[in-house]
Amino acid sequence: MRVNVTVNGEPRQADDVWEGESLLYALRERLGLPGSKNACEQGECGSCTVYLDGQPACSCLVAAGQAEGREVRTVEGLADGERLDPVQEAFVECGAVQCGFCTPGLLVTAHDLIARTADPSDAEIREALAGNLCRCTGYETILDAVRLAAARKERV
Amino acid sequence: MEFLRPVSLAEALEARAAHPDAVPIAGGTDVMVELNFDHRRPAALLDLARVPELFGHSTVDGRIRIAAATPYARIIDELGDRLPGLAMASRTVGSPQIRNRGSVGGNLGAASPAGDTHPALLAAGAEVEIASTRGIRRLPVEEFYLGVKRNALEPDELIIAVHLEPASGPQQFSKVGTRNAMVIAVCAFALALHPKHRRVGTGIGSAAPTPRHAPAAEEFVAGELPWDRPVPLADSLLRRFGELVAEAAAPIDDVRGSAGYRRHALSVLARRTLTWAWTEYSCV
Ligand SMILES: Cc1cc2nc3c(=O)[nH]c(=O)nc-3n(C[C@H](O)[C@H](O)[C@H](O)COP(=O)(O)OP(=O)(O)OC[C@H]3O[C@@H](n4cnc5c(N)ncnc54)[C@H](O)[C@@H]3O)c2cc1C
Ligand code: FES
Ligand code: FES
Repeated sequence: MRVNVTVNGEPRQADDVWEGESLLYALRERLGLPGSKNACEQGECGSCTVYLDGQPACSCLVAAGQAEGREVRTVEGLADGERLDPVQEAFVECGAVQCGFCTPGLLVTAHDLIARTADPSDAEIREALAGNLCRCTGYETILDAVRLAAARKERV
Repeated sequence: MEFLRPVSLAEALEARAAHPDAVPIAGGTDVMVELNFDHRRPAALLDLARVPELFGHSTVDGRIRIAAATPYARIIDELGDRLPGLAMASRTVGSPQIRNRGSVGGNLGAASPAGDTHPALLAAGAEVEIASTRGIRRLPVEEFYLGVKRNALEPDELIIAVHLEPASGPQQFSKVGTRNAMVIAVCAFALALHPKHRRVGTGIGSAAPTPRHAPAAEEFVAGELPWDRPVPLADSLLRRFGELVAEAAAPIDDVRGSAGYRRHALSVLARRTLTWAWTEYSCV
């Protein structure tokens, strides 16, 4: 089937979509957006997190057909052209990335937290990131990055 | 495979009647796991996500009606004050991403004994509203669960809502798992005090083939609670309540825990939740 979906602000069409296929697969394999990662396909790791109509969701758990007519924003859509989003900058500065597999999902989740919550507490950050697993960093640098991005946002 | 995309409840019910072998998909948090791992290859998916009647909540005859596909995140944000037990259970489901998509209708559809909303629905005395092109019926939630992952839906029916009385007293939910986020319950327990009727509702999860009440425990404690004198509860009362709750369970040994552990844990959860709820009752 064909799926029409707005991705990162642009109307897109995915063709030959299998009816049981996930939005994650359609993004990566049919729309050329490999930013969202496939690490578990069962909602456990959060590496595939995208905004779906403004809400973070595991794209591996959304049927591609369910995204028809909806708005998706992936990690590729966070930066403004060449300018990284402040969350992305903070991840770079704090060394919150090792192998990078978890990073796209964490960026989307952290981006959402900071958009919704001014000056999040550590408990709020942990709660917001509870669905994103990282096997490399031990999370401390990720928490640092989220705190830094939130603090910068406060100032602007 | 077909992808059916009704845009109204009437269309959804017609599609359901015409394709009894289609699998309904709401948030997809159970269905997609099965598809991704090839555990299931249905003839069709019936997408409920664009049926507006299946989202939102309202008050009907003094009860709160939650449309089946309303995600947990909305229940937590919008109904936490009126349905604290269900909101507490919802808060423990998966992760924020899962709660943005997953729904009570999906939890009921999956009918896993470990589903977190079941104990809260049981304790609150919820009803399930079920529809087909033949009409609408309502079932007390305890009659909805038939066995492990089996429920009372006929092949042409959809869950369209749950109905619950707004809390008239303190409610609690507690779950045992290996960490706070993203765990299937080893066992779970929900409690609701209904001071107006001098009744206590209970719900046990993950400790029998289906979620279930603890009727003997409910009856015992409703009669023994000093409803008019909110004094701290005697240890003997709390212990007996815990024993009766544990006796109502029929747990098995599995990878998550042994039957003995589950019984013990349930008696502890029962005592704790009753203590918390009673403390709240005594303070207001
Ligand atoms: C990572 C992860 C963690 C999870 N953690 C928890 C947890 O902590 N606690 C918990 O209880 N669950 C958990 N789950 C399971 C799942 O999120 C819940 O069961 C959720 O409530 C399912 O809702 P859904 O809308 O996504 O259902 P779907 O996946 O869309 O559907 C589930 C089932 O119900 C049927 N169905 C859905 N809606 C209807 C309807 N209106 N009428 C008839 N049938 C219907 C479907 O056909 C399917 O059989 C978890 C899942 C994942 C992937
Ligand atoms: S790939 Fe989707 S949550 Fe892991
Ligand atoms: S950086 Fe490797 S998984 Fe997080």
